[in-house]
Amino acid sequence: MNTDTMNLDLSEEQLAFAAEARAWLAEHVPATPLPSMDTAEGFAAHRAWEAELARGGWSVVSWPEEFGGRGAGLIEWVLFEEEYYRAGAPTRAAQNGISLLAPILFGHGTDAQRERFLRPMTDGSLIWAQAWSEPESGSDLASIRSTARRDEERGGWILNGQKTWSSRAPWADRGFGLFRSDPAAQRHRGLTYFLFPLDAEGITIRPIAQLDGTTGFAEIFLDDVFVADEDVLGEPGDGWRVAMSTAGNERGLSLRSPGRFCAATDRLIDLWHTHQEQEPLAQDAVVDAWIKSEAYRLYTWGTVSTLQDGGDVGAEGSVNKVFWSELDIALHGTALALLGPEAELRGPSAVSNGRWIEDYVFSLGGPIYAGTNEIQRNIIAERLLGLPRGGDGRKTS
Amino acid sequence: MKFVISDEQRALAEALEQIIEGAGGTGVARAWAAGDRAPGQELWAHLAELGMLGLCIDEADGGMGGTPVDLVVAFEQLGYHAVPGPYLESAALLPDLVNPAIREGLIDGSVIATAAIPGLLTYALDSASSTHSFIVNPDSISLAKAGEPIGSIDETRTLSELQATESATTLDEQLVATAIDRATLGCAAVLLGAGERLLHEAVEYAKIRRQFGRAIGEYQALKHQLADVRVALTFARPLINGAALDLGSPAGPRSVSAAKVAAGDAALLAARVALQVHGAIGYTQEHDLSLWITRVHALLGAWGTARYHRNRVASFILSPVSQLAPVA
Repeated sequence: MNTDTMNLDLSEEQLAFAAEARAWLAEHVPATPLPSMDTAEGFAAHRAWEAELARGGWSVVSWPEEFGGRGAGLIEWVLFEEEYYRAGAPTRAAQNGISLLAPILFGHGTDAQRERFLRPMTDGSLIWAQAWSEPESGSDLASIRSTARRDEERGGWILNGQKTWSSRAPWADRGFGLFRSDPAAQRHRGLTYFLFPLDAEGITIRPIAQLDGTTGFAEIFLDDVFVADEDVLGEPGDGWRVAMSTAGNERGLSLRSPGRFCAATDRLIDLWHTHQEQEPLAQDAVVDAWIKSEAYRLYTWGTVSTLQDGGDVGAEGSVNKVFWSELDIALHGTALALLGPEAELRGPSAVSNGRWIEDYVFSLGGPIYAGTNEIQRNIIAERLLGLPRGGDGRKTS
Repeated sequence: MKFVISDEQRALAEALEQIIEGAGGTGVARAWAAGDRAPGQELWAHLAELGMLGLCIDEADGGMGGTPVDLVVAFEQLGYHAVPGPYLESAALLPDLVNPAIREGLIDGSVIATAAIPGLLTYALDSASSTHSFIVNPDSISLAKAGEPIGSIDETRTLSELQATESATTLDEQLVATAIDRATLGCAAVLLGAGERLLHEAVEYAKIRRQFGRAIGEYQALKHQLADVRVALTFARPLINGAALDLGSPAGPRSVSAAKVAAGDAALLAARVALQVHGAIGYTQEHDLSLWITRVHALLGAWGTARYHRNRVASFILSPVSQLAPVA
């Protein structure tokens, strides 16, 4: 067969890989869902699950074997994710580190940093929180004010300032984020990327209760926190460039595999079978959720093909992010419509223990985090469609 | 696994673009709408010469032996350039359903055929400009004559109801179903092409049209609407390509319906936004934008409405038995 012809065929090896993953997951995924990752008890359980995944060799399938992976290709990674979500396996507490930080460590880290940080990231022994936003810097990330002051004597930097909306920070071990190391530099210049322990002297973590009451994120106060040179990622002053490779990952493939939406759509169809009387008009919404999940699944195979041919996702990641985040809300909103008066219930008397309302609330964050959808639409308009910048007060550097 | 079009398919799209532009581009549609069929017929003959009218016909039968992916690549170009005429009928629906002599005529362009499908394609397109009109039923086909011409909001489309003029020839139901799905998929590709063109026109206009001292494309209010069109079209495309791979398989009808729904929604959004970005000038018949806006609205109700196609997807995915068995 002409390999240049469009096809969705998988090789024997790829099918065997998926079958192996499916079998392992069927045996190891906890029968009862773990408590929310954003509670102390739930976080500990999710940390233990990361260790379990690592023992089976499934925590980072696409990484090189020397760091605990299987050296699997992109196709295998997508297949694994499909199986993972289909099996109803727990949310990945190590996600921040594995998908956002690790690619940068592979690209910009020193050998010593890869040695220290990558392995422990794979078995839940070192869980990372992200520290991007500040109280005055959300979408406009380049306006951050937290500082890094040089300490030649001790061979490192003194961090001061405040980070907020730091996912996983209440229970994570280390944080990664940008600090202004050159007070004279403006905007994207003079920023440095730091990897710092969250239990360092001078750090105060204040958990923030989210919309659903759990504390998935926190404020981080830094008061003369010393960080050694070995914990600087990339060159001092080069932090923006280093960090932007994370942003692309977060929007693109790594954070939202199609398996997530396909599995949620399958559960939505199950719910429709038991609750269709509640909202007869929901049938079209269920159909649309299926169509869009299928579109996302197929689109992902297109992205995988492009990447395998040496292509680049670039600003296409923004198209992706707008689509999946809106699909997620529509899909879960449809479930709530089917549940009717039961939609608000949580706990043992609720359908699926209240998972639908909790997942719906989680979906509401999608258009906000990883760069708001408004920022994504600007990127689509300017970088993909070629519309002119400016006209809305944004600084253009 | 390779889910992007090939270099050959990219070349096919470029060749079609050159031919259509060479024939006058949107001028062909303008002339067709004004009753001057010559440029359209010339383009038809030219495309037949290149084998485009036999794209999906087996090489053994004198065709190009192309794949359904080739078909959607070609029809996207017809949509992008608002090409008029019953191409979906002649090149996608009918080749497998007519006798060999007529099929030969379809391939070489001497036969231009149109059709109606009761319940799905109520009105036949351009009967008066066609050499043959057919009524296609789930298990048969018959020659037909056209009733009084009926106008369409799309001025390139002259419609009519058909009446059988001979007794029906029995056909294999599966053959008919796949032929209808092939043409429906082609229609989804035409919608995608029209949507892409509407977006392109709107973006280009937003770059040059200035108000309050700056290009209107600088304003986020327009940027975000155009970005949403980009998102909708980008995610309709893989459904069309996926349906092309599924055509003729048990999943075919489900995938074709999903593609038609998504392409229709995306093209409709493109039409609305492109009009809004253009403002009053886009609301004129004189502006070429009207060609695609009216084409999109015409095709939304042809080859199965959104209602029909959503129900058909539902019959597959909401079946309690199997993902691939339609609900009886």
